[in-house]
Amino acid sequence: MDRQVVKLTKVAFGYDKTRRVLEDIDLVVPEGKIVALMGRSGCGKTTILRLIGGVHRATAGTVEVFGEDIAALDADGLYRLRQRMGMLFQFGALFTDLSVYDNVAFPLRERTNLSERLIRDLVLMKLEAVGLRGARDMMPHELSGGMARRVALARGIALDPRLMMFDEPFTGLDPISLGTIGKLVRELNDALGASSIIVTHDVLESMQIVDYLYFISEGRVIASGTPDAIRASQDPFLRQFVHMEAQGAVPFHHPADDYRSEMLGAAAA
Amino acid sequence: MITAVARLGAWVLHSIGRLGFASRFFVAILRYSGPSFARFWLTVREIYFEGVLSLVIICVSSLFVGMVLGLQGYDTLVRYGSSDALGVVVALSLVRELGPVMAALLFASRAGSAITAEIGLMKATEQLAAMEMMAVEPIARVVAPRFWAGVISMPLLATIFSAVGIFGGYLVGVVVIGVDPGAFWSQMQASVDFRNDVLNGILKSFVFGVAVTWIAVLEGYEAPPTAEGVSGATTRTVVTSALAILGLDVILTALMFRGA
Repeated sequence: MDRQVVKLTKVAFGYDKTRRVLEDIDLVVPEGKIVALMGRSGCGKTTILRLIGGVHRATAGTVEVFGEDIAALDADGLYRLRQRMGMLFQFGALFTDLSVYDNVAFPLRERTNLSERLIRDLVLMKLEAVGLRGARDMMPHELSGGMARRVALARGIALDPRLMMFDEPFTGLDPISLGTIGKLVRELNDALGASSIIVTHDVLESMQIVDYLYFISEGRVIASGTPDAIRASQDPFLRQFVHMEAQGAVPFHHPADDYRSEMLGAAAA
Repeated sequence: MITAVARLGAWVLHSIGRLGFASRFFVAILRYSGPSFARFWLTVREIYFEGVLSLVIICVSSLFVGMVLGLQGYDTLVRYGSSDALGVVVALSLVRELGPVMAALLFASRAGSAITAEIGLMKATEQLAAMEMMAVEPIARVVAPRFWAGVISMPLLATIFSAVGIFGGYLVGVVVIGVDPGAFWSQMQASVDFRNDVLNGILKSFVFGVAVTWIAVLEGYEAPPTAEGVSGATTRTVVTSALAILGLDVILTALMFRGA
């Protein structure tokens, strides 16, 4: 049986007592695998990443990362655990006052006692891995969206994390950049022997690179499986999602009063 | 009536909660100051952005303020035949009051707003969250260096404000109007006390520095991560800082200068 890097058991979470964002989530990320969390915007996918990273604490259930219960960790324990994680944010979250080189060097300088010479070698290796060694002196505002995402990826893998988390890595990218990022995610995961979680709603790209998918809707896991199993599924929600149909199990319209009566009522008034 | 009372109650509760958070945030800044000081170049870099880059506005403003003091002071003093005391009037006004207060107001407008906007935008673009995920504490790496840079810069800027202001008063009083330069400087030297006037002025500016940068980093850290949120936080920094400076000035002046 695969070793589990992340395990969520019956997890629930809400930002306040009245509004539950997640309910009864069971989820595992086996070692060496890439797992995608898919679902519509605002369904709670990113919140799951925040729970795994220890940014938020689960209201109920347990979140285990590398076998440690996140809820039992103090601040130091949490920071120690985070040293084994890397995260790629939706728009890269590069430090705008630092060059590409310094951005990638940042975690190495902050979290290790390596010499500048060794840091230089590591930074150049990471930048080479994402194809941007030649852009080391550029500033973040000079980069395209795809390049910024690749620099952030190089920064995310700077400390050779055992778990990489990607928050919407494909959003706003042109098709070439999108393919490049997807390929890099797979290659780097395999080269580092790491495990990855991708939060995305990009069906086509993620189905090509991930090993397992979880579909989240209304804060619950409503389906999961390998890409082949998801493609073959006859579940109305999965069919609508995979084939990108506007109408289906998930309605296009947000719940509202009857359109005709509302419009005529307004005219009469 | 009940709604108004409920609103007042909600406002009071909200204010107490905010004050509590601000206090905890201040304690966190102090707690993480050690690691921040261990890499003092971070603070030095911020001293450049907050202090050195504020020098132009501080120097130009203080020159004008000093010139106006020279003109107004002479106009009043000459009526009583005391124009030789112009140096004392200009120096005491600047060292005790205008130097610390004006420098702090200008600092809040230029550097305080910039600190809030920078931290607020770092939050909005997830740079602070990225730091946390890299196991780097944002308060130690981002907030504490900016806070201490402000605290260190403020007394220096206030001192420069007073010095340049006195020079402005000299330009108008001595060079333009023709007050005796010997009287201008010697009376100033005889009447301005180092401990009671100069040190108290510096102490005031230190307190203003703590208040302004505390407000600035807090507002930035607490800013909602939207364009509107950062804009509102920047405005609040300037308004709250100005009120805090003027309020604290009343208290400090009452404590320091009681006719002693």
